[in-house]
Amino acid sequence: MNFVQNFPCFSIVLCMAAGIISTPMKGKTAKYMTLTVVSLVAVMSIATLSYVAATGESFVYVMGRYPAPWGNEIRAGVLEALLATVFALVMLFSLLGGMEHLFRVVDPGKINLYFILVDLLLSSLLAIIYTNDLFTGYVFVEINTIAACGLIMIRGSGRSLLAATRYMVMSLIGSGLFLISLAMLYDITGHLLMENVHTAIVHLVDTREYLVPLLVIISLSTVGLAIKSGLYPFHSWMPDAYGYAPASSSAILSGLVSKSYIVLLIKIFYRVIGFDIIVRSKIVNVLFVFGLIGMIMGSVSAIMAKDIYKMIAYSSIAQIGYVYMGIGLATREGMTAAVFHILTHAVTKSLLFVSAKGLTDASGNQKAYPALQGAAFRNPLAGAAFLVGSLSMVGIPMLAGFISKLLFATAALGADPKKTLVTLIVLAVSTVLNAVYFLHTVIRIYTPVNIPENVKGIHIHVKAGAAAALVALILLNFVLGLLSQPITDLIHAGIDMFA
Amino acid sequence: MSRIRDDYESSLWSRLTRWVNGETDPFEGKMEMRPLREAEFRGRSVFNPDRLDEDKVMQYLDDLDKNKEMRAFRILYVLGSVALCFLLIAVLLLTVSYLPRLGDPDGPNNNEVSARYVEHGMEEFGAVNMVTNMILCYRGFDTFGETCVLFIAATCVIVLLRKNEEEIENTKETDWKYESKPDAILQMVTRILVPVIFLFGFYIILNGHLSPGGGFSGGATIGAGLILYVTTFGFHKMQRFFDEKTYDRVKVGALSLYSVTMIYYFYTGANMIKNVIPSGTPGNILSGGMILPINIFVGLEVACTMYCFFALFRRGGM
Repeated sequence: MNFVQNFPCFSIVLCMAAGIISTPMKGKTAKYMTLTVVSLVAVMSIATLSYVAATGESFVYVMGRYPAPWGNEIRAGVLEALLATVFALVMLFSLLGGMEHLFRVVDPGKINLYFILVDLLLSSLLAIIYTNDLFTGYVFVEINTIAACGLIMIRGSGRSLLAATRYMVMSLIGSGLFLISLAMLYDITGHLLMENVHTAIVHLVDTREYLVPLLVIISLSTVGLAIKSGLYPFHSWMPDAYGYAPASSSAILSGLVSKSYIVLLIKIFYRVIGFDIIVRSKIVNVLFVFGLIGMIMGSVSAIMAKDIYKMIAYSSIAQIGYVYMGIGLATREGMTAAVFHILTHAVTKSLLFVSAKGLTDASGNQKAYPALQGAAFRNPLAGAAFLVGSLSMVGIPMLAGFISKLLFATAALGADPKKTLVTLIVLAVSTVLNAVYFLHTVIRIYTPVNIPENVKGIHIHVKAGAAAALVALILLNFVLGLLSQPITDLIHAGIDMFA
Repeated sequence: MSRIRDDYESSLWSRLTRWVNGETDPFEGKMEMRPLREAEFRGRSVFNPDRLDEDKVMQYLDDLDKNKEMRAFRILYVLGSVALCFLLIAVLLLTVSYLPRLGDPDGPNNNEVSARYVEHGMEEFGAVNMVTNMILCYRGFDTFGETCVLFIAATCVIVLLRKNEEEIENTKETDWKYESKPDAILQMVTRILVPVIFLFGFYIILNGHLSPGGGFSGGATIGAGLILYVTTFGFHKMQRFFDEKTYDRVKVGALSLYSVTMIYYFYTGANMIKNVIPSGTPGNILSGGMILPINIFVGLEVACTMYCFFALFRRGGM
């Protein structure tokens, strides 16, 4: 066995161990350790990615002495390694970008707890990405949920507690539905490992046994994970959660946490139930419709939002809608576009949240639009980063968002003819709406203003770490936009490995 | 050279040029105009007029006596949620009737997986208790994750409830109301009971591989013993042998040893390296390979977490 094959397991357990030993540490030590661990995970994921891409096939890593169906397993293919790489990088840059703000708003005695939460969150993200076992998936979904609640409420002020409570209630409803579906699935198949469940399900469908429970299982797990990722009608927790959490938390939550559930859903679709059965069950059409509604409604709410964080949060709802619309197209191209958009959104949303923090810092900590006027001149780097992020979300060529929109449009042409036209129309409308609210903000921050007396004293000094994070996220945006062909090839290869 | 028209000033092109150059405004004099309001900076004050207005409006809207529509909506909302819940319950109950009967020998979940746990569990891992074999060894990764769930739940409670030294000092004045009074009967009973409870907890943990029980249940027993002690004798006496430092040390020690064990187990297992932990004779107290140490680690973590929840909810510190 090649040593590289140990890396997925190492990165998961390393994060958990780092979280555990951060408990008695001081905030600064915990910070450096977390940054080191996240960078190590990124390096290991890149190594795994290059190994899997070179060998051209996925590998299974037995977690323990006995292989599945008796023991636990994780599995690494191209798609898993790619997602792990991007997630680790985005996590690193979000932390770096929001670090200063974090140390400012969090009680110094509790700052090391934040890094415990972040470490365990990363371990759960990685485990959800790599898992080959449904119950392992569920255990780490739980860790993910609790850690995300902690990240929202770390500030300890009234609004963020309220937001965390709302998030927890919605998220636990999702977990509950997902758990019920897993219990039923175990009952009718007798397995928890993805491959064995898949074999059993194919057999059940052939013999036409247990079709009613199977349909209920498909719908419960889909709805459960859709609630957790914030698909349109279940989005009400999002604006508050992202609006009142520290910037790095918002970046991690919207860029990574909600995406991990979509990744798990895609894995269930392909590796557990089987994509043909999913398409025949029509659940993708439900996702398609709600994805389309989310694209429009999220953008409309974003236009009406009064402050910059709420605007970015509502925009996340629209972007989640895009991803579900891609899944709902029920083709391989649609799925590729959805996965690419997951990457795009992870990279862009974290950039937007971190740079919005820079802009509000330059405006005396006010996030309402009037106060932000001219903020880009007071903090040029954050302004440039916000500009790049906005243009990418709107879909300007050379940036990541353009490629996702192109992939969605191409996928729509190859999909069910009934879906083609409506997808293209909604895509166009949504793009225009995106442009309205993003460019409105961009124009606002680039409108010169005579600096009033009380802001004159505010001297914006962007720390080296935050500046590096912003530059790196901008570069990642350009990488996704310019090197899209190799990346879509990787995603294609990864999806083929799933099936 | 062409001649400039006499009426050039009023021609369409000229007006367009001037508009593009920003010299004139086509709407000037035709519609009411006001200069742009300068952006207002309100400094860092908490007072925010916009928010206040919004709050007032919301307060008015939330006042159900005045707002008939809102009241109707609320009622509909409640009815809708109840209906949705009943619908979900009905669907789930209906589905259960389609599921295989529990304990059916021909049912799909009586397959090779459970057969192997029952038949080969003891020889493969050396514990008589096959449930322990299954959760700590075969599916050890899940259980490690589950222990981390407990750990992170405790962390979140600390984030939410822990007060710093100062705040605890400040509340000392009123805190005595919540402490139990020195009650002779209660203290006597506790003195007799607590050692027995601890002993029983350790018994459950140490015999986790031999009899029903293990780290989770034994740890919960010890945690209950700690809580009984602290409610009877108060935090002051408790701190003589169990304060926040001890708590941190025990918890971090147990969990890091647990993770080291798990890394060893995963690494040797996946790379086919021979296991050097002896598994002993099944049935002896020193048997079961790594199961006994893992049970101890899990037990300590669970006991600490139980006590931590109690102490934090009680007074925000240990």
